[in-house]
Amino acid sequence: MRSRRRAVVLAVVIGAAGLQSTVAAEQGADSRRSGFAFMSPSTQAMQRDDTQNPGMLMVGDGEALWRRKAGKTDQACSDCHGATAASMRGVAARLPDFDLRVGRPVNLAERINRCRERRQQAEPFRPESQELLSIEAFVAFQSRGIPIAAATDARLAPFRERGEQLFRQRMGQLDLACNQCHDDSAGKRLGGSVIPQAHPTGYPIYRLEWQSLGSLQRRLRGCLTGIRAEPFAYGSPELVNLELYLKSRAAGLPLETPAVRP
Amino acid sequence: MARALIKVPSSARRGDMVEISTLIAHPMETGFRASADGQRIPRSLIRRLACEYNGAQVFSAEFFAAVAANPYCAFFTVATESGTLRFTWEGDDGFAQTETVAITVT
Repeated sequence: MRSRRRAVVLAVVIGAAGLQSTVAAEQGADSRRSGFAFMSPSTQAMQRDDTQNPGMLMVGDGEALWRRKAGKTDQACSDCHGATAASMRGVAARLPDFDLRVGRPVNLAERINRCRERRQQAEPFRPESQELLSIEAFVAFQSRGIPIAAATDARLAPFRERGEQLFRQRMGQLDLACNQCHDDSAGKRLGGSVIPQAHPTGYPIYRLEWQSLGSLQRRLRGCLTGIRAEPFAYGSPELVNLELYLKSRAAGLPLETPAVRP
Repeated sequence: MARALIKVPSSARRGDMVEISTLIAHPMETGFRASADGQRIPRSLIRRLACEYNGAQVFSAEFFAAVAANPYCAFFTVATESGTLRFTWEGDDGFAQTETVAITVT
């Protein structure tokens, strides 16, 4: 009992420390840059102009799906969530958040699928399916320009800590940790590409290499394959913890969904 | 479904040069790639984009395998009179999509 209480106190302290560090980062010269800043001017122009940005096609698809009735209850997302621009504003900026029912953090994709299962009584979308990505893009698009919120929920602290541990853990045959590239060598080049600081500001992103929209988990799995580690499965706790840590690390940077990345 | 995005100035003065940009959702599958099970993915390309301004063709383009997915195409034309711009994409496997956009010329 005592140890549990101690754990809770520790969690609160860690949560507060995390908050302080982000506040400090905002007060001092903030050296954090979105991946946008590392792109070529032509790719930046592609993201800035909604007619050039192919992610906007998927946002349109997502809106159509959002308004389409589905499942046994024959309800559309918009039937409950109403005026989407207001009801979904800022939602993507504060996810993953803690879900009481499952007792762990859940991200936007899982939120959408759980709502689909419980409220619409429909089959959940496959991870990384076009349907799921387009609804994600549509919801996250409602938060474009809104700063990513630092998770203040103390219950998230142990998960974020696990995410940070993973970020600093050497993995794979190349024996590399995320921070060795994205903290220590950000701005330098890996082959022909600039290494960004790994702030998840624009997910789901339209990645030119993929020629399609993709989630943060796809990006993380791509990086894991790159360091020749076995990638974690879609929806695995490791990837969600990493997402949680990366979001808190990027707190304050505005969301850009749907971002374009090289 | 919003499968094409077209930007045309809604109004222009007669004689003005106007920029028109188009973006359409299409995988632009080259026919050279194999899927995870080793089967060749059949070619599926947009072959042609044409734009008619009140029935007269003002622009056309041919696309090939090296064009990226979701092709973007921007071009200029001279605003002559009010009317409609009609965009037609044609491609493999009977792919065809037509969109029309109105323009007001003063």
